[in-house]
Amino acid sequence: MIVRILGEGQFSVDEAATVELNKLDTQLERAVERNDETAFTAALHGLLDQVRALGSPLPSDTLEPSDLILPSPDSSMDEVRKLLTDDGLIPG
Amino acid sequence: MISARSCGVVAAKKLMKGTAARMGVMKRVSLVFKAKANKALDKMEDPRETLDYSYQRQLELLTKVRRGVADVATSRKRVELQMNQLQQSSSKLEDQARKALGMGREDLARNALERKSSAQGQLNELQAQYAQLQGEEEKLTVASQRLQSKVDAFRTRKETIKATYTAAEAQTRINEAFSGISEEMGDVGMAIQRAEDKTAQMQARAGAIDELMASGALDDAIGPRRDDIQSELDMMAASSTVESELSRLKGEITSGAPKQLEGGANGNAQGAQAQRASVPATELPAAEPQDGAP
Repeated sequence: MIVRILGEGQFSVDEAATVELNKLDTQLERAVERNDETAFTAALHGLLDQVRALGSPLPSDTLEPSDLILPSPDSSMDEVRKLLTDDGLIPG
Repeated sequence: MISARSCGVVAAKKLMKGTAARMGVMKRVSLVFKAKANKALDKMEDPRETLDYSYQRQLELLTKVRRGVADVATSRKRVELQMNQLQQSSSKLEDQARKALGMGREDLARNALERKSSAQGQLNELQAQYAQLQGEEEKLTVASQRLQSKVDAFRTRKETIKATYTAAEAQTRINEAFSGISEEMGDVGMAIQRAEDKTAQMQARAGAIDELMASGALDDAIGPRRDDIQSELDMMAASSTVESELSRLKGEITSGAPKQLEGGANGNAQGAQAQRASVPATELPAAEPQDGAP
């Protein structure tokens, strides 16, 4: 499974890690729903740390699309909300 | 029991509703990226045309990232320059405060220290922003290198696809390559946008600090015109020189003598007087009333 951290690059993560990642991802999503910036930052960093710990970076010349994409570590909750809408942050 | 069961149903419904809407941030973001890529692909008539068109856009984006790196660097250097100015200003103001205290002018020292603290405050903010700009510059540099290798890989893949497959066969391979590169381009595009926003903020802020410096509120000590603290210190220094000169001259009158003049021959003017004192006695009467005048 390929996971991208925006601004950092892609990681190859074992499928077995999905359960753990999904748990953290749910926390992240709940924090966004509750508008809880502190919980959001904690969940996001937890998730990113987990991806970096469990995954190995893909070489930069791979052209594989990612299965999962994560916001960059310094994203605000507002930026993530915009990222989730189709014509939000992604240019082009 | 009944109430407990109905509670359970409500909870289950909530949970189901929750799971339906709750796809997770990771999946949703990746779907948004995929939708973008698909939309771009759908516009193309001949799939192989997509490759050339996309490659052009990749090269444009590369240029844009490189320009972005240069812009951030320029902005960082400007902040660096201002930080140096503020640092100079801050130490000069402290020096002035010390001098003012030495002359017993606490009010003046306080004024200088107030300005120093204001300059120091600006400096601290700039330091934080400088670190941010440095971070953006690093990120963009890395992004530009990563994009470069992906663009190179894409070019190779593009040539292979064009040479090996018919338009119909090529579709799947093109889609793969296109989705991969388009995701990278979206990522890099966002990084540039972010860096541009930060740079714009920083430039607005740098402009404001320039104005503040020009107004003299922070640091006229380092400007071409002398600031009021410095001129007051100069005035005080000048008036104390005048006082000591006065008392010296008074002393000369009371003890009255060319002998005294010879003894005080250390400054330029005094040196001249001493020389005059040693000229032949015939010229002395003309010089004496002038020297003695209050």
